[in-house]
Amino acid sequence: MAEPLVPDVMPDAAFWWPILVMVVGAAATYVWRALGVALSGRIDPEGALFQWVACIAYALLAALVARMILLPTGPLAQTPMIDRVGAAVLGFAVFFVSRRNMLLGVGVGAGVLVLATYVRTVWL
Amino acid sequence: MSTSVPRSLHDYGSAGRAMAVGARRAVGVPSIVLGGSFVGFGALVHQVGLSVWHALFSTATGWALPGQIALVELYAVGASVLVIAVAVGLTNARLLPMTVTLIPLLRAPGVPRWQYYVISHFIAVTGWVAAMRDGPTMVAEQRLPYYAGFAGVLWGISMLATWIGFALAGSVPAYVTLGLVFINPIYFMLIISADVRARSRVLAAVLGAIGGPALYLLVPDWSLLLAGVIAGSLGYLIGRRGGAHG
Repeated sequence: MAEPLVPDVMPDAAFWWPILVMVVGAAATYVWRALGVALSGRIDPEGALFQWVACIAYALLAALVARMILLPTGPLAQTPMIDRVGAAVLGFAVFFVSRRNMLLGVGVGAGVLVLATYVRTVWL
Repeated sequence: MSTSVPRSLHDYGSAGRAMAVGARRAVGVPSIVLGGSFVGFGALVHQVGLSVWHALFSTATGWALPGQIALVELYAVGASVLVIAVAVGLTNARLLPMTVTLIPLLRAPGVPRWQYYVISHFIAVTGWVAAMRDGPTMVAEQRLPYYAGFAGVLWGISMLATWIGFALAGSVPAYVTLGLVFINPIYFMLIISADVRARSRVLAAVLGAIGGPALYLLVPDWSLLLAGVIAGSLGYLIGRRGGAHG
């Protein structure tokens, strides 16, 4: 950041920096798959360490999902909290009433938010 | 849907035929749901201000959606590469036990080891569930080609869906784009809440859902890691102490 920037360096960095971050992300993903091949048949996937790691992964994903619904970044942040929570609750309810129909649950959850936003911004 | 064990293992005749059967079976409700979630991912990448190449590169090289979403979300709030790497690694750690259980099923005599390292990149939840179900019903030599066909089609659908999501986000009204970006929070919320086999995981998820947003208000870039490790460990410990189904 301290170096003087040539005008056309910025677009380049703006393109390649995220690519580099994604390479790191891909490596952090593939390492588990490769380790899985190396260790297959030699470790117990039901063991205590894996149960703990699975709990961390679940907690992390749940934290991300809750954050994206309650405190989203970007344009989602402009929708009222009640719309996002209401859409999530309705999607949740439909999912379980429909015997865990994923298409229906996701469709209702996302659809209700679209409808609510449409009503607020286009009609009102 | 039958759970009975077949008396003789299914033989599709050749590796090529097995691959074709796998490819054909990949098209169905699971791949529609998968496609929808990658449409959501493409839309998310668009909303964050990155290019379609970033979206496609992430899907091609990562191909594990929770980690991809964590990466883009963390990148958008300006988290460091270290935080992103650890968060993505922890999010995708479930791929290790999945691979450990799937690879022995795909193993056949005479297949070079590198092929398993290549196919392992294509291990993700939709294909894994199908392979764990269908693999045992067919002869061992045809399982790897079957999975290659199945996962190859899923991967292609994911790439196409990522591109469609990105393109849609730039052309449909803003209120529709919001819905596309909202697909994945809902999708993963439902996946997590449908999996209630282990008490410790339910606890971990509930604690994470509470801790995630709360910590985000205090330390935005580190909140995901902290919530994951703290809530996950608490859920694991409490769940283990509480009952036999830890």
